[in-house]
Amino acid sequence: MNSRFDPTVESVNASELVDPTGSRTHSGLGRRARDGSIEISAPAGIVSHDPDDLVVTVLAGTKVSEFSDAIGLQKQFVPLDPRSDQATVGGVIASGLSGVRRLGFGPLRDNLLEVRFVTGYGKLVKVGGPTVKNVTGFDIPRLLVGSLGTLGLIVQATFRCRPLPSESRWFTTSSEPGGALQKMFRPTAILSDSRSTYVLLSGEAVDVATSCRLLASCTETADVQLPEGPHRGRMSVAPATLASVEMQLRATKASDLRWLIEWGVGTIHLAADSSTSIALARAIAVDAGGWLLIEDGAEDLDPFGVTIPNLAIMSRLKRAFDPDEKFARGRFG
Amino acid sequence: MLAPRFNTRESERARAEPLELSLYSRDAGLANGQAGAVCFPRDASDVAFAVATCKKLGVPFVARGSGTGLAGGATPLDDALVIVTTQMNRVISIDAASRTAWVEPGLLNLDLTRAAQPYGLHYAPDPSSQQACSIGGNVATNAGGPHCLSSGSTTAHVLAVEAVLPNGEVAMLGSTAPDQPGFDLRGIFVGSEGMLGIATKVLVKLVPNPPQIQTMLLDFMSIDEAAATVSAIIAAGIMPAALEMMDSRITAAVEDFVGAGYPRDAAAVLLVEVDGLSGGVDHQASLITEIGRAHGAREVRLARSESERQLLWKGRKSAFGAIARIAPDYYLHDAVVPRSKLVGVLRTIYEIADSHDLTMMNVFHAGDGNLHPLIVFDRRVIGVWERVQAAGTEILERCLAAGGVLSGEHGIGLEKRAMMAQFFSEADLELQARVADALDPHGLANPGKVLPAGFRCGEVGINRTLPEGTWI
Repeated sequence: MNSRFDPTVESVNASELVDPTGSRTHSGLGRRARDGSIEISAPAGIVSHDPDDLVVTVLAGTKVSEFSDAIGLQKQFVPLDPRSDQATVGGVIASGLSGVRRLGFGPLRDNLLEVRFVTGYGKLVKVGGPTVKNVTGFDIPRLLVGSLGTLGLIVQATFRCRPLPSESRWFTTSSEPGGALQKMFRPTAILSDSRSTYVLLSGEAVDVATSCRLLASCTETADVQLPEGPHRGRMSVAPATLASVEMQLRATKASDLRWLIEWGVGTIHLAADSSTSIALARAIAVDAGGWLLIEDGAEDLDPFGVTIPNLAIMSRLKRAFDPDEKFARGRFG
Repeated sequence: MLAPRFNTRESERARAEPLELSLYSRDAGLANGQAGAVCFPRDASDVAFAVATCKKLGVPFVARGSGTGLAGGATPLDDALVIVTTQMNRVISIDAASRTAWVEPGLLNLDLTRAAQPYGLHYAPDPSSQQACSIGGNVATNAGGPHCLSSGSTTAHVLAVEAVLPNGEVAMLGSTAPDQPGFDLRGIFVGSEGMLGIATKVLVKLVPNPPQIQTMLLDFMSIDEAAATVSAIIAAGIMPAALEMMDSRITAAVEDFVGAGYPRDAAAVLLVEVDGLSGGVDHQASLITEIGRAHGAREVRLARSESERQLLWKGRKSAFGAIARIAPDYYLHDAVVPRSKLVGVLRTIYEIADSHDLTMMNVFHAGDGNLHPLIVFDRRVIGVWERVQAAGTEILERCLAAGGVLSGEHGIGLEKRAMMAQFFSEADLELQARVADALDPHGLANPGKVLPAGFRCGEVGINRTLPEGTWI
């Protein structure tokens, strides 16, 4: 089992500074790793898929498109949902960004069961376990989600799969999204942009139809896309503040600002033609007690825009995983 | 001795009455420990002061909620100070629109659901001990329960934790807004069994009550058929809200105890619940019925009313009360195996019990492969305890060999720390010890738990007691 990873462990051991790298689809997140870091990628491929147990193990360098196709053959899926399906599975874990189906299927971290990775002191370790329920030892897989490569080189991950729902359809509605959220039972997603509300419904056809009837002028629509643009960010605010944050976004003079709100979650995806507009949105987020992460562009702005909480605790943990600060040095500052 | 604080309350003094020390020297597991003193903080600052005092004096401390844990996680060793959170039991606030609540760690699990009920919401994790167990304890063990099959264990329902870290600092881990930048410290804290700090405030997710619920009882003439039905339901892509299995011995015992209407002569019963919108509920219920019948179910009974449904669940939740009528002692195990391996694993663990001449029963969360083999015995019988332990170890080894894990919801605590090396390599355990050492360099937070001996720094030489009357 370990021999598959020997070359990876060797390259980590042979390098002074390492920047774990996938497809670079999320490389705009966080600060840049220090110059001189050697980019090392994880191997790719599906290790095992056990459809009867709804569990899949994949090498971290596998592209999400390939991963989804492989488990899709058995009519199963894992809701990773990165912006680009060219992202690698390891990259998705390290960037920690959940997709728009989070309301229905939970955040990325709740779908991850076990991880194998190489530590800064050059050991290949296993954390978590391969079953859907497990409290054997500390829950370290969750610590790796969103760690931006700073804790080690992720080489393999085990996820819980879900059966593909018999139906999964997007609708637009003139209902107000906050009200829709209160009215509906387990919608998969409720999104809105400046023009419309979008609802993703999954399940039995009759339930999808029933839920749709709860909404005003419910009409089927194409898949909803995240806003695109040279400058992109992701806002996080308390779900209760979304309506007021949206009003403030509408009130800005930034006509180039586009957004997509995840109701019930508190995430707002933003894109703009100028980084000034992203800065305006960030001010609104911070004012609401939240923050805005830069996902791409906006190089004149700080990647986080807020002091990262509990930095002292983080650095103690960082030293436990990576005593010589070999991995992704400087990503969090 | 430390000088008293201003505004001190009597509850802040360490107590060492023999009765209290004895009461708090163990949890609901079988191991006895040794408490040096006990205290009952009323807020985070009391907890922080107690922890800081321990740090100053080099005394270990153990957090404890209701003490319902079965793995010895709250059992004090080496005269540790037991920090009991039962007086911190308030629901601080409920935000019905956001479906969240801030609660204190000593709040009982069922009281949280009761508080959410007026809003049509509930707290999803429902351990069998939910009437007695506390949210703080649930966080420490990442507790589960029957309904965690579809909705996930405690960690999926905790958004933020205010905790007193082993160095006495108070930190907020996680946030109301999603995905705080930086490491998911909330994630590593949940399930850390009191070794990374003590929760003083928890932000939990509440979920809406489902519009429709169908509870079903399937009975079988063989355990193999029941187990194969479970595997087939999961393999068919059905995700019930709960999928519980009870074998003949426990079914009969429960029936004698509460009269839930269970078939006394069945070899095994499955209690299955599906919930959601009516189309999905009906569809899943009919598929489950079909799968059950195809695997030899003798009867598939659908609860026709809420009271019938409550009665079926009362049977399941009374299982441990019913056992007391059979033998004075029981040892309840907790392990998880892949759902596809249930038939073979169950067969083997009955054989293991037989080979040690022990009576075993099974009542467990079959849907997620979470086994709870339960050995009943009378500890007054000479030599029986050794046989119980030997059988338990063999059962766990069999579960690991089938691709399973050591614990699904009870935790490792004292009970299974020695077996950790059978699941994890030395390098894996070294990393876990490094994590604990990073946050608790002096090894005072619930020492001697989870990790096998020899992995932590500074784990030797703890031998100080906090004197009674110390202001903490």
